[in-house]
Amino acid sequence: MKRPAPLFLARRGYRLRRMMDAARVLPALGAFLFLMPLLWGGGTTGGGILFVFGIWAGLIAVAAVLAGPLAGAPDPEIPQGEGEGARAPEPGEGPEGGGGVV
Amino acid sequence: MSFNLLVLVCLLYVALLFLVAYAAERRAAAGRLGWLRSPLVYTLSLSIYCTAWTFYGAVGYAARSGLEFVTIYLGPTLAMVGWWWFLRKLVRVGRSQRVTSIADLISSRYGKSNALGVLVTLMAVIGTTPYIALQLQSVTLSFAVFAGPGPAGWGRGEPAATAFWVAVGLALFTILFGTRNLDANERHHGVVMAIALEAVVKLAALLAVGVFVVWGLVGGVPEMLARIDSSAVARQPLDSGRWVTLIFLSAVAFVSLPRMFQVLVVENSDERHLAIASWAFPLYLLLISLFVVPIAVFGLAELPAGANPDLFVLTLPLAFDAEGLAMVAFLGGFSSATSMVIVAAIALSTMVSNHVVMPLWLALRGGGASMSGDVRNIVLRARRVSIGAILALGYLYYVFSGGGAALAAIGLISFAGVAQVFPALLGGLFWRGATRVGAAAGLLTGFAIWGYTMFLPSFGDSGPMSARLLAEGPFGIGWLRPQALFGIEGLDPLVHAMFWSMTLNSFAFVLGSLFSFPAPLERLQGAQFVNVFGHSGAARGWSGGVAEAEDLLVMAQRILGAQEAQEMFQAESRRQGREGYLPDVTPDFIERLERELTGSVGAATAHAMLAQTVGGSAVSVQDLMAVADETAQMLEYSSRLEAKSRELARTARQLRDANEKLTALSRQKDAFLSQISHELRTPMSSIRAFSEILLEGADEMSGAELRRYAGIIHEETIRLTRLLDDLLDLSVLEAGRVTLNIAPVQLGTIVQRAVTAAGSGRQARRLRIRLEDSGFGVTLRTDADRLAQVFINLISNAGKYCDAERPELVIRARRRGDRLDVDFVDNGSGIAKCDQEVIFEKFIRLSDQARAGGAGLGLAICHEIMLKLGGRISYLPGQGGTAFRVSIPLVASQGGGAEAASQGAGGSRAAAGR
Repeated sequence: MKRPAPLFLARRGYRLRRMMDAARVLPALGAFLFLMPLLWGGGTTGGGILFVFGIWAGLIAVAAVLAGPLAGAPDPEIPQGEGEGARAPEPGEGPEGGGGVV
Repeated sequence: MSFNLLVLVCLLYVALLFLVAYAAERRAAAGRLGWLRSPLVYTLSLSIYCTAWTFYGAVGYAARSGLEFVTIYLGPTLAMVGWWWFLRKLVRVGRSQRVTSIADLISSRYGKSNALGVLVTLMAVIGTTPYIALQLQSVTLSFAVFAGPGPAGWGRGEPAATAFWVAVGLALFTILFGTRNLDANERHHGVVMAIALEAVVKLAALLAVGVFVVWGLVGGVPEMLARIDSSAVARQPLDSGRWVTLIFLSAVAFVSLPRMFQVLVVENSDERHLAIASWAFPLYLLLISLFVVPIAVFGLAELPAGANPDLFVLTLPLAFDAEGLAMVAFLGGFSSATSMVIVAAIALSTMVSNHVVMPLWLALRGGGASMSGDVRNIVLRARRVSIGAILALGYLYYVFSGGGAALAAIGLISFAGVAQVFPALLGGLFWRGATRVGAAAGLLTGFAIWGYTMFLPSFGDSGPMSARLLAEGPFGIGWLRPQALFGIEGLDPLVHAMFWSMTLNSFAFVLGSLFSFPAPLERLQGAQFVNVFGHSGAARGWSGGVAEAEDLLVMAQRILGAQEAQEMFQAESRRQGREGYLPDVTPDFIERLERELTGSVGAATAHAMLAQTVGGSAVSVQDLMAVADETAQMLEYSSRLEAKSRELARTARQLRDANEKLTALSRQKDAFLSQISHELRTPMSSIRAFSEILLEGADEMSGAELRRYAGIIHEETIRLTRLLDDLLDLSVLEAGRVTLNIAPVQLGTIVQRAVTAAGSGRQARRLRIRLEDSGFGVTLRTDADRLAQVFINLISNAGKYCDAERPELVIRARRRGDRLDVDFVDNGSGIAKCDQEVIFEKFIRLSDQARAGGAGLGLAICHEIMLKLGGRISYLPGQGGTAFRVSIPLVASQGGGAEAASQGAGGSRAAAGR
């Protein structure tokens, strides 16, 4: 017996939600990676420069991928149905939850 | 290259900028925005973050501290990449609240408090002035490079003069394109286009120099990497404290700098542009810093030891005889400096005019609704003067600080100063509990610590802080040393200052918010800011005021301009489904209007102005909050009940009055019915009795007796007939079936006829009738018989009812406009007030029937006749006796209906035939 496929909209909504999550995580990830050079202890080597600029370029690329779908995305505070694996928004999830990560 | 050529190129470039700005303004005015408002232009306009300090200074920074320079770009990168967290909300709030500046945002969020607006404005001016001075210095230095004999020369010419003319030119440009329109909503298309062009120029310049160095001089990327590894730069260890602090500081400053707020939020025309800028602007930053280290490394290695690393970007191409490239680099630096100064001046002048000048002006003017003159002009003038003043301040700062190395450090100090706004900003957007008291406490604390630990010590020993104070603390109190607060030594001064100012700022903010209670407007604004995505439908801020739409229009015209205001009002009218320019003053409308005005003069000022016009705005918000309160709701309910019961009482009173009148009428009708049956019965019974006597004993009676009895029967029959005639007459009149015989007749004739006819009666003989016949010569077109009937009735009534010792009736006529008034005034006791209302009703008789010859139909008949004749009869009070006024129209057809009119026409034919 074939399971009915989830509705297209629900799946898309689910993806969009996860992209929002990714957009929220991205600055934290970037901050973490940008702190890595401190662990080396050394000076500014060519490799170090390449590392920082590489991370930088990677962040830009991910942000560019996320920006497209999120640009026209509805406001997350307006509740909307999620597909399979739907969960209630956690208290700390909305922009009210924190937000010092700039 | 000659200095003159440089000046010429520079002037040409400036002319190009003017041209671009002008063309963009023209295009925008024609409504063809198109690419003027594209994500690309938005992203490029953000590049004012990269000032001359970055353009020239980054290389110097890298030469001195290695990779650390990159933190200045990593912070904004993280802020942009994390747009979903913070910037998206900031932009949405800024757009939905029509925020004009960062000071306006803070003021608006915390209950439209102007005090906070002033505070933030002040901080911004103090933080930005040195920064403007820094830009002037960089332009002056770069001029000097070309003017001097050698590549690194400080050269001839007068730096101050250069700085002066640059400042004047910038002020001119900013005033021309920054204060063209008032509504910040319309945005500065010309300025934005110009700075977008400058962004391209500076990026291209830096990339060109970088490419020239890496591929032109060094010979490729691997060689470059090798050079870096072997240079002194590679041996600079990273200071972890500074690294973290600087990333944080630059991220925070990126969103708090007044000029960044201007381009990020105020000039944003579409939120989706932010999504694109979230990766495009970091890309721009990456590109602009890509070649910084190579240039620094190469410059350190190849240029003379004394060369200023801050000017490598210029001096390297010059040293290798690439004059064209040097020129491009110069234009890049020039662009960086000018675009920053222009936007900063616009942002600051908006803040100064909205939060300092306008409130002062409003306060000095007193009453707001009665203001005269065009407020727009005043606002614009305030902005222009502010722009001039800000640039003058920057110039003076440059002159007095000596343009030395002290100024170079000012970049980060300025960042740290404006970053003090951040806790209040962040809290305002995400924490509903943040209050005005908390925000003020945080701002003041942070700013004070910043000034004490960073700004004042930056002037060095010669500044306001002596070396002794720096070393030992004020009055020798060690733990208050400006650069080692609480005895914590060994920290980098920047880290130390940032640490203490930001933490204590945040503590003060949170504690102040926790221990204070926000005003209603604050809570309202707080909810709107924090829940900007959830509640698009804003909470009501205004409740029914007393403002007239016209007053609001008068005020709006002065701020928005006549045409814009009228269009807005008309649109509102249409939305409400009406015509014309004056919509209903609904709370919705006032709120919309306030937002429009906010775009021009800032939240606090707009609120104050509307409050003055609408009246009691604060009170209405208080009311609003109070209504939510249960107690207040009950109060409200009971007061409404009170109002209702008052209304009920009024209605009841009216009902009682009506009932009394009805009862009186019905009582009188009852009396009349018994009266009329009595009246009918009396003659009938006497007729019956006497006719029975005649039938039974006619033979025994004498002739005299017979005649007497027959006479009684005859008299009674006449009485009956008269009564029935009256009733018939009245019913005919009331049914409107009466035929009038309209003809020209002299009033005097009718009166004489009436007096003669009425005077024949027994009672009338007592009455003395006096005619004041001055108006009796008037010729009327009326039914003479009917009018005479009215007059006879009035005269005989006077004869019957006048209770004076020597009854007298005065008849006089007077002409009033197109009517003739004939008054019948006797010298009796008159009619009581309560009876005056009912005397013209049918079947009314006031006195006892004994003296009455009629059935109480006389006045009712008069009333009906006068209506038919197009006039009226009324009781005339205050004449000392009973007085009636008969008003007769001089033009007969009036009120008489078609019948009377046709009769009149027939009458006139008859008159003509005579």
